[in-house]
Amino acid sequence: MSRASPDFHPALRLLHWLMAALVLAMLFIGVFMVSTSGPAYVTLLGLHRPIGIAILALVLLRLPLRLATGAPALPEDLAPAQKQIAWGSHVLLYATLVTLPLIGWGMLSAGGYPVRLCSGIVLPPILPHDLALYAVLRAAHTAIALAFFALILLHLAAALMHGLVRRDGVLRSMTTGHRRPPAPPTANDDKAEENATLPT
Amino acid sequence: MSLANRAALGAFALIGAIVVVLLAGFGWAAGWLGTGRTSGGDITAALEANNGGVEPGYRRAHAKGLCFTGDFAANGRGSSLSTASALRSGTYPVLGRFSLGGGNPLAGDGRNVFHSMALLLKTPDGQEWRMALDHTPIFPVADVPAFLALQRATTPDPKTGKPDPAVLQPFLAAHPEVKAFQAYMAKAVLPSSFANATYYSINAFRFTDAAGATRFVRWQFVPEAPLAGLDKQHLDQLPRDALFQEMLARTAKAPSHWHLQLVEANPGDVTDRATAAWQGPHRSIDAGTLTIRAVRPEETGACRDLNFDPTILPAGIAVSDDPLLAARSKAYSSSFTRRAGEGPHPSAVGEDLAKEKQQ
Repeated sequence: MSRASPDFHPALRLLHWLMAALVLAMLFIGVFMVSTSGPAYVTLLGLHRPIGIAILALVLLRLPLRLATGAPALPEDLAPAQKQIAWGSHVLLYATLVTLPLIGWGMLSAGGYPVRLCSGIVLPPILPHDLALYAVLRAAHTAIALAFFALILLHLAAALMHGLVRRDGVLRSMTTGHRRPPAPPTANDDKAEENATLPT
Repeated sequence: MSLANRAALGAFALIGAIVVVLLAGFGWAAGWLGTGRTSGGDITAALEANNGGVEPGYRRAHAKGLCFTGDFAANGRGSSLSTASALRSGTYPVLGRFSLGGGNPLAGDGRNVFHSMALLLKTPDGQEWRMALDHTPIFPVADVPAFLALQRATTPDPKTGKPDPAVLQPFLAAHPEVKAFQAYMAKAVLPSSFANATYYSINAFRFTDAAGATRFVRWQFVPEAPLAGLDKQHLDQLPRDALFQEMLARTAKAPSHWHLQLVEANPGDVTDRATAAWQGPHRSIDAGTLTIRAVRPEETGACRDLNFDPTILPAGIAVSDDPLLAARSKAYSSSFTRRAGEGPHPSAVGEDLAKEKQQ
């Protein structure tokens, strides 16, 4: 769905940056913790599970919001192939945000591990206890996480290309937004909000 | 070059720099850049090398084992030390595993090595308390570098079948705690049954009571069966699976019982080094009775496909600052992941039972 406003919905922007921070932290925590047998391992593992579940909860909130509020149209002069790549990469980003935490949860379930979030909360298993399944999911968790980091770097580089080289407003649509949006051709939800705050 | 081109070049350089910095940071976090970090894989590899190679599908340490089930009847007295639900008055199901030290799943039982009990205690609220206990109150080394060095120093020379003295002697000279442990093992009674051994937590843990006060605790399961020792002079004459067969026969007749003794640290006790025993009198609480009612080979038992990671703890119990705990957790995890991918292989006891059936 395309969006009349040149910017993403403010709630979507907030979720994007909150999740960006969590996801980057998660990727760094993940690769660090598996590389060490020092005391940091236990501490980081204790963070990895609740942050992963938080990302899953947030993306399940964000995806319907994104589908309901849409995305602003990409610049007219962008090549169709580039638009397709942009669309595909965002589908992949969303898909990974959903599947990577689920694979983590499922992997712990298949390994017979308790999925402990904090001292009092243990999540139920979502897959049967099966070591062959655990082995596959454990390998997939790493492989997908590394591919995810590569995808995020591409996403970041592309966003910065839009913001610093093309200066076409695409980056701003996910950050501060456009200060003076062009007059919308039809009623849109941003306008309704603005009107609501105006003194009458 | 036009101003616009120059600005674009600057922007490209900035974007490139941001990506490179993130990549480098990631590489550092992952341990790809720089050296000096020991991963769980490094510990697992050291165990594999010490064992003369990989035994696919088996635990890299304590490879020879037997599953058991039973219950833990908590009397509620442990609640004075920790809010852990497993210590509240009640009876909770238990599953676990007896094992012998070493990476050879078919090794003979006549060896002066760790006799071990692993436990998983689950309460109805979903909390788990996993333990990996040994029959010695102390461990030979205190940290990861010493553990790796121990594995290297005790790796048998393929020519002689014994550790190379040229490597072992300097290691022992540098590690008096290993010498002390060897002296202890030489002198201590080697239990004649899995059922008459005391099993120790090895490391100290941090217990938190209902008022929020924390204390360091080590614990032990003390058997009701009186301790008797194997004849250490004639260990090589024991049948291969003597201890395991004894436990199968014993459990077929009657269950075995242990008392969980929670031992509170005195001021000044060492809590971050598993090589140091706690000397002198200590406040100790009998928190309940562990009863083992059934034993099964790993093929049909529930213990084989579990990782008895001693850092999987219920609310009210946490790890101490003993560096061995994180290392045990990570090394067990690496070993678990490796063997999971390799698939299960027959156990010594499972082989025995299969042979009996054929006859």
